[in-house]
Amino acid sequence: MMLIPCPWCGPRAQIEFTYGGDATVKQPAHDAPEAAWTEYVYLRDNPAGPHEELWHHSAGCRQWFRLRRDTRTHAMLSSTRPAEPGGERC
Amino acid sequence: MLTQPFRVASGGVIDRSRQLAFEFDGVRCNGHPGDTLASALLANGIHLVARSFKYHRPRGIFSAGCEEPNALVQLAMGPRTEPNVRATTVELYDGLVAASQNRWPSLGFDVGALNGAFARLLPAGFYYKTFMWPSTPKAWLGYERFIRAAAGMGRAATEPDPDTYEHQYTHCDVLVVGGGPTGLAAARAAAATGARVILCDEGHRFGGRSIGEIAAIDGVGADAWMEGTVQALAANPDVTLLPRTTAFGSYDGNMVALLERLADHLPSPPPHTPRQRLWKIRARAVVLATGAHERVIAYANNDLPGTMLAGAAKTYVQRYAVRPGTRVLLFTSGDSAYAAALSLHSAGVAVEAIVDARAEAGIVGTLAQSARAAGLPILSESVVVGAHGGKRVAAVDVATRGGTRRIECDLICVSGGWSPAVHLFSQAQGKLRYDERIAAFLPQTSSSAVVAAGAANGRFALSDALADGHAAGLAAVGKSATALSAPRAEIETVGASRALWSVPARKRSAKRFVDLQDDVTAEDVTLAAREGYTSVEHLKRYTTLGMGPDQGKTSNVVGLALLAEATGRSIPEVGTTTFRPPYTPVTMGAFPGQDCGKHVEPTRYSTMHDWHAERGAGFVNAGLWKRPHSYPRPGESPDDAANREAKNVRENVGVVDVSTLGKIELQGRDVAEFLNRVYVNRWDTLAAGRCRYGLMLREDGIVLDDGTTSRLSDTHYLMTTTTVNAVRVMQQLERLLLIDWPDLEVYVTSVTEQWAAAAVSGPKARDVLARIVDIDVSNAAFPFLAVGECQVRTADGLIPARLLRMSYSGELAYEIHVPANHGRAMWEAVMAAGEPFGLMPYGTEAMGTLRIEKGHIVVGAEADGRTTADDLGLGKLVSPAKWCIGKPLLDRAALKAADRWQLVGLTALDGANMPRAAKIVADPDRALPNPMLGHVTSWCWSPNLNVWIALALVAGGRERDGEVLWAVSPLANARVRVRIGPPCFIDPQGERLRV
Repeated sequence: MMLIPCPWCGPRAQIEFTYGGDATVKQPAHDAPEAAWTEYVYLRDNPAGPHEELWHHSAGCRQWFRLRRDTRTHAMLSSTRPAEPGGERC
Repeated sequence: MLTQPFRVASGGVIDRSRQLAFEFDGVRCNGHPGDTLASALLANGIHLVARSFKYHRPRGIFSAGCEEPNALVQLAMGPRTEPNVRATTVELYDGLVAASQNRWPSLGFDVGALNGAFARLLPAGFYYKTFMWPSTPKAWLGYERFIRAAAGMGRAATEPDPDTYEHQYTHCDVLVVGGGPTGLAAARAAAATGARVILCDEGHRFGGRSIGEIAAIDGVGADAWMEGTVQALAANPDVTLLPRTTAFGSYDGNMVALLERLADHLPSPPPHTPRQRLWKIRARAVVLATGAHERVIAYANNDLPGTMLAGAAKTYVQRYAVRPGTRVLLFTSGDSAYAAALSLHSAGVAVEAIVDARAEAGIVGTLAQSARAAGLPILSESVVVGAHGGKRVAAVDVATRGGTRRIECDLICVSGGWSPAVHLFSQAQGKLRYDERIAAFLPQTSSSAVVAAGAANGRFALSDALADGHAAGLAAVGKSATALSAPRAEIETVGASRALWSVPARKRSAKRFVDLQDDVTAEDVTLAAREGYTSVEHLKRYTTLGMGPDQGKTSNVVGLALLAEATGRSIPEVGTTTFRPPYTPVTMGAFPGQDCGKHVEPTRYSTMHDWHAERGAGFVNAGLWKRPHSYPRPGESPDDAANREAKNVRENVGVVDVSTLGKIELQGRDVAEFLNRVYVNRWDTLAAGRCRYGLMLREDGIVLDDGTTSRLSDTHYLMTTTTVNAVRVMQQLERLLLIDWPDLEVYVTSVTEQWAAAAVSGPKARDVLARIVDIDVSNAAFPFLAVGECQVRTADGLIPARLLRMSYSGELAYEIHVPANHGRAMWEAVMAAGEPFGLMPYGTEAMGTLRIEKGHIVVGAEADGRTTADDLGLGKLVSPAKWCIGKPLLDRAALKAADRWQLVGLTALDGANMPRAAKIVADPDRALPNPMLGHVTSWCWSPNLNVWIALALVAGGRERDGEVLWAVSPLANARVRVRIGPPCFIDPQGERLRV
């Protein structure tokens, strides 16, 4: 059971989290062509090695964060808070 | 009753002052506290304890530990009976009852032994060949029955497990797995630095294979040193000792799972005590002092009862004071077997010969010299080519330089080398390397968090193991030396061992077993290689080598070494198979612990639940929630009740508990914009005090969920979702706001549990409401889709409420939301106010009937993860004026094809019942393949229309108005003619909603 470092709560057991998908894909612009949206919705890389992911601390602080994890060894390389909304609040 | 004729008169770590009575296959025997079932059987001279898996050959006790491949017994009877229990690890208790397995009618005379006559037809993987010929299904089903009956060994219990199991979580600085001398040295070193240490061992006594050992540690006898160390650790408040505890699996993040057997050594657990406890330990560092397993040598008939591992024979003598035979022959290619020879000799067993494959010049170790000094006959450069006997070893053929001779004996002790127990190390991602010198796979350092020590690290000699354990204990706390020095034992010279995996057979029919548990022979390994199964993983699966409960502990390395020979590769090139938990079998009950029965998942109840139960409602599951199905009156079936309730809603008025719907409050400056993006329709046009139906799509354009969202004020909204999607939608909204659109100022809060809700529906709903709410609910003041706050008069007094005029039933209806703890009071107020108007409570079944009559979709039925808004007739809801999730992929050609399955209504003709889960076809008698034109998504008897109706998805459905097709259910052999019409059977203009 992986030990996942939540940026707010510290390392917690995997069972408290929900996997939220690939963090390297960004929602295209609303008027981007269909091909861009198809790629965003369906296509994913599957790297054997460091992977940027989104995780939700669903049974904890309920925040979303980015985790860099090695998919082969499950080593936790880094976890970061997403961009702060508005910039004023912390 | 047998009287332990093979018990040595003195010595052993057993309590001779007490006797324990036990029974094996109906034979009553005695043993002593400290015995295992195996040692007690041997003390009573019982060697034949099992029949092998496939060939039903007679088998005896092979080892003294968890690596036992042969002596699997059925333990206890009734609800506590357990199959495939290793007799070598069962702690003997008074009244123990055990039976042999896999034999009929008896162990001594087993009809299954006839398999041996067909052995040539039953090599490894024979059942795969049955797929090839005869290949008719009938033939295969014929012999499949025999294969199935022959498979397996013991029998599972047929009654529920009467015991309870517990889970425990804890953290520590150092977890030491294995309490032999190595583990004790490691724990001692780590604990002395003040670290929190947990030390576990699978035995009830710490000491491992050194229990009863005659060597000295730090100047005292090994037993005394170990006992003293254990006492010192026990007295340390930062140390937790876990005997009878097997660490069975290593997982990510240095989590180790352990099974503590609290009561398996007793006939039943004491009151209020779980039988076993599953520990999940998160350790900063783990020291694996897990020891090593001795290996087989594959020579002809190496499986006769009376054949055992040399180290096991030594343990039976030293620890259990048992003579495993009267005349012993040892077969080895290394020094460790000489210790066994000396032990057996000192216990009065005649040592007929020590057959050593090495040259005389290589037999130079301390132990070998002691053996020579004791006059034990050593045959160097010799091998055993075959054993003879029926139900017990009688003689052995030994090939020496000078020729072959036959030596009579009743005990063969074999030592094919040692394999470090690297299971947990490998599970923790540790890499192994093959060491030719000791012919074993050793741990290569993986990380500082997991360290192997002692025999598990290839340090087999006691002095090396103690030093290695001490160093590992220090390394685990990040130190290289402290004031405490490592414990010391006498250093012995150990001669190099020679890898010896098998001895060629002289007769073709002779069986040379590699995996005793699954009856896999050396011939099977070469057969697999010949058939192209040259990868070690394929060898395992094709031959089943290493797949039994022992997971090949005594056989895996021998098997892969033979595969290397057969395929001309080196042993490291062949490699090992993947190690997976559990290390030894874990009983099923330990995994759920107390989360079983109704505790598998939490059950969620509305605050009106007790009222429903008191009224005799049956309940259905909606996700984790319990919802009332209907409220049958005495003599009424649940379906009759539901029909009565549904009819009453349209004639008078009904009330249904809708507390389980997901509720999410959204507040902030940008809520309308947020709703615009997540729903298909527009929300910036919704005024305060109004609500609206909303439809959400997935990113691929398929319908995800629906609900209604109300605007309570300029910046305060309340969203409802379906019951089963509440959690998913909430998670999605949080993600969108935190990751994708952090610039929107919106705060979301789940309030599903905070509000209880009921829907009052029917032509007389206004009359009922007017009696209990304090606002004007006339059509002018509170029109269709109005929302507002009010107070409800209840027995609790005036309680604040939210009133929403929306309708799921298609009748005049209001949803009342109150703080959850007032739910029952509100419900009872509605019931009392509704009595003069014929109000009846209704459940999910009637609610379903009403919504089918109106054609309202349900997520999971019509919105089944494949349908678009347009398929469901809701295409017009998708606003062209703005973007929403799913919009970009909605224009794909496949989602706009004309023959897509579209939502329609079906009416059953000819007074017939609508079959369950029916498919739509044009001609039910058409030969297969019969093209399916659609399927029914929801169906019911309509008490308001007196006919069976359904909602269905039919190809090009909207163009088929008036067509008659067939709804068929091949499984139920039912068919009915149906007429297609619009998916709304009552009041299509929605006039009843707006009165």
